[in-house]
Amino acid sequence: PLNLSHAQRHKRPSTTLYLLCAYAHSCVWSPQEADGQDRLGLHGEGEADMEGECKAHTPDMPPGDGNTPQCLNRALEGLSSRWKNWWIRGILSLTMITGFFLIIYLGPLMLIFVVMSIQIKCFQEIITIGYRVYHSYELPWFRTLSWYFLICVNYFFYGETVADYFGALVRREEPLQFLVRYHRFISFTLYLAGFCMFVLSLVKKHYRLQFYMFAWTHVTLLIVVTQSHLVIQNLFEGMIWFIVPISTVICNDIMAYLFGFFFGRTPLIKLSPKKTWEGFIGGFFSTVVFSFLFAYLLSQYQYFVCPVEYNSETNRFTVECEPSDLFVMQEYTLPATAQNLLRWKTVNLYPFQIHSIALSTFASLIGPFGGFFASGFKRAFKIKDFADTIPGHGGIMDRFDCQYLMATFVHVYIASFIRGPNPSKVLQQLLALQPEQQLSIFNTLRNHLREKGMLPPAVGLKV
Amino acid sequence: STVSGSEAEDRVKRDGGVSDSECRPDSGVPEVPVATDDTPEVLNKALSGLSSRWKNWWVRGILTLAMISFFFFIIYLGPMVLMMIVSIKCFHEIITIGYSVYHSYHLPWFRTLSWYFLLCVNYFFYGETVTDYFFTLVQREEPLRILSKYHRFISFTLYLTGFCMFVLSLVKKHYRLQFYMFGWTHVTLLIVVTQSHLIIHNLFEGMIWFIVPISCVICNDIMAYMFGFFFGRTPLIKLSPKKTWEGFIGGFFSTVVFGILLSYVMSGYRYFVCPVEFNNDSNSFTVDCEPSELFQLQDYTLPSVLQSITGWSTVKLFPFQIHSIALSAFASIMGPFGGFFASGFKRAFKIKDFANTIPGHGGIMDRFDCQYLMATFVNVYIASFIRGPNPTKVIQQLLALRPDQQLHIYNSLKAHLTERGLLATQEEAA
Repeated sequence: PLNLSHAQRHKRPSTTLYLLCAYAHSCVWSPQEADGQDRLGLHGEGEADMEGECKAHTPDMPPGDGNTPQCLNRALEGLSSRWKNWWIRGILSLTMITGFFLIIYLGPLMLIFVVMSIQIKCFQEIITIGYRVYHSYELPWFRTLSWYFLICVNYFFYGETVADYFGALVRREEPLQFLVRYHRFISFTLYLAGFCMFVLSLVKKHYRLQFYMFAWTHVTLLIVVTQSHLVIQNLFEGMIWFIVPISTVICNDIMAYLFGFFFGRTPLIKLSPKKTWEGFIGGFFSTVVFSFLFAYLLSQYQYFVCPVEYNSETNRFTVECEPSDLFVMQEYTLPATAQNLLRWKTVNLYPFQIHSIALSTFASLIGPFGGFFASGFKRAFKIKDFADTIPGHGGIMDRFDCQYLMATFVHVYIASFIRGPNPSKVLQQLLALQPEQQLSIFNTLRNHLREKGMLPPAVGLKV
Repeated sequence: STVSGSEAEDRVKRDGGVSDSECRPDSGVPEVPVATDDTPEVLNKALSGLSSRWKNWWVRGILTLAMISFFFFIIYLGPMVLMMIVSIKCFHEIITIGYSVYHSYHLPWFRTLSWYFLLCVNYFFYGETVTDYFFTLVQREEPLRILSKYHRFISFTLYLTGFCMFVLSLVKKHYRLQFYMFGWTHVTLLIVVTQSHLIIHNLFEGMIWFIVPISCVICNDIMAYMFGFFFGRTPLIKLSPKKTWEGFIGGFFSTVVFGILLSYVMSGYRYFVCPVEFNNDSNSFTVDCEPSELFQLQDYTLPSVLQSITGWSTVKLFPFQIHSIALSAFASIMGPFGGFFASGFKRAFKIKDFANTIPGHGGIMDRFDCQYLMATFVNVYIASFIRGPNPTKVIQQLLALRPDQQLHIYNSLKAHLTERGLLATQEEAA
């Protein structure tokens, strides 16, 4: 009974995702839907997945009640069940994509808020699953501790970001300066307090449970918070580094589903029986083409291409700059075979489009592994969806499972191939050194620049 | 011989077994085999006359001395090797526990995958360290240069390969087990590998930052045990019934005193005080430098209370000794929490010791459980209160920038230095 009532509470989705119409109450939703993800109910899996544990204690999550708004239901009354599902998923997909573009239009600050709220929601979903799996409801300390650790780790990560990007603002305000200088120490102290609270909260009969929840919380933090933090860092490089990867993953999802729907024959992996090789390959090629074109479209606008900077005078984010080499059209000579095909000698491309091929390849080949991981996770813990936030799609985590690795990949890609160290960060570090060290670095730099010819050579001086 | 102080723990173990059931029937909980007696034969013969309690005491004492000597011997040889061996052994112990808890022995992929992840994470961390500290060497050798330039990408690719292997290795009936082991491996890596990496970082600051914290924790362990043994009456925490308030407080004060004395002794020697640097010409580690201010004797005026007691008006101290008070205070107060955490962990999984590596003491993890937080604390302490950014690192980053960015920074720096009056304005003509 406790499980069921808690699940009931989760059936109310967040209203911010609905642009179409308000809804009155939920209605029954048929669990068999034609989609790319596997949605095997509990029955097919149950008998086979025994590992010597008492099955009776494995929580049976109630089948996802349809959260479809009443108006949609009435509009689609006439259609058969399969097409009805298809339409609902399609409409919700369009809604989410529109929402995505709307948020981009609103600017980087809004994006950061959205990323943070998605992160918090994902964390909550996974922790809730952990609670259900381990029946940890009667230990109220856990919820407090889990949220406390989330706040600590977020404080640590966002503090590091703020120190980097808001350098000028930080130098102005005295309390901020203190917080930044001792940031690591303060974060560590906060974490330690949580650690000690955990140790003091160990109750005799529940040691193992408590350790499981502790580990579950930490692994969730590792996955969710680091990924969202990397997404924000990518964002600061330029909105295009945020939009193109995410769009590529979404496109791959949709294209693989469509290709699988129309042409799918050969199963891909036993873990997700609904995925097919035709969907996989078709998705791969169409995603590469899509991102190539999309990158071309976005590279023209300064709004997307420029690093997001914080202007300390106007106290706002600005995206204005001289576009870097990546976003300046260049001529590329086509290889001979392509020349014969197209009868063009050279083609004008943005260098970024070449990079986008790498990004989309990763999204198509490795992204699905994130999806398989999440499918395996759901099978392992016998849940159908992470939550019921989005009708027809499950929880937020279900939408973001393929994005896990993408954010890390983009971040590593940028760090390795695109940019060097951040100049403002280097300057900050310089100014924090001792004066003698600054002087010696100054001399080294001066000699280096003179060698390179950037500075006029020294006139003979007597100091 | 089993440790005498474990009778209370045995009792709790039996109690915990009955009530700590979630959905796992108790028959599924692995009975870790009773610790076999690993005491060497020679010790057994020498101590055959004594009663059981004193025999245990002597065995523990002798082994403790052996470990401390071994510790100093390794310091002489090179602590990095020690840290690597210890972290690999700790990892192995925790993973073995995970295997026995989850009966994962028959899934051979896990062992491979766990060790593979350990290799990846170690490669990532040690690569970052090598890039920082061996900068010139790295720049010289071409293959090393490429490895360091694309280091993050290579590490990420290696990790991804492991991730994909994990996904492909998911077997239908064992999903949950496999996810548990995956989570277990990652948490273990988080604890063990990051801590050992931070210890190496501390080491490079100067061996004293490695020796003093570890010695303080060991001293606190020993002193708390002694005070508890002789004076212990009031139990400290339900989790570890053998710990007492008397031991805790006595250990605290004696550790602080010990820390002050030890840092006084060590601050006099360059070998301990200087940052470890890699000399490109001789291709070896050197510890030669001008000791920083921390390690130079200074006069401190005693507060009047102490003045009247001791009759001195000032006292000569190394500033490092003041810092050592902070370090030993942390070791005495927070270190035990690491021990309680490990005790709770052992209770939760119904194991008596992590392993049987050291007779009388259990596994390596048992010895290092109080050190968990110490390494992180020292690292954070150094970063916050002692040193600023590393100038060599800043130069590296500077030289990696684009020329126009370098020029921009040059001008900002020039303006800053001129403001401060450090640059004579006639130095920059033309």
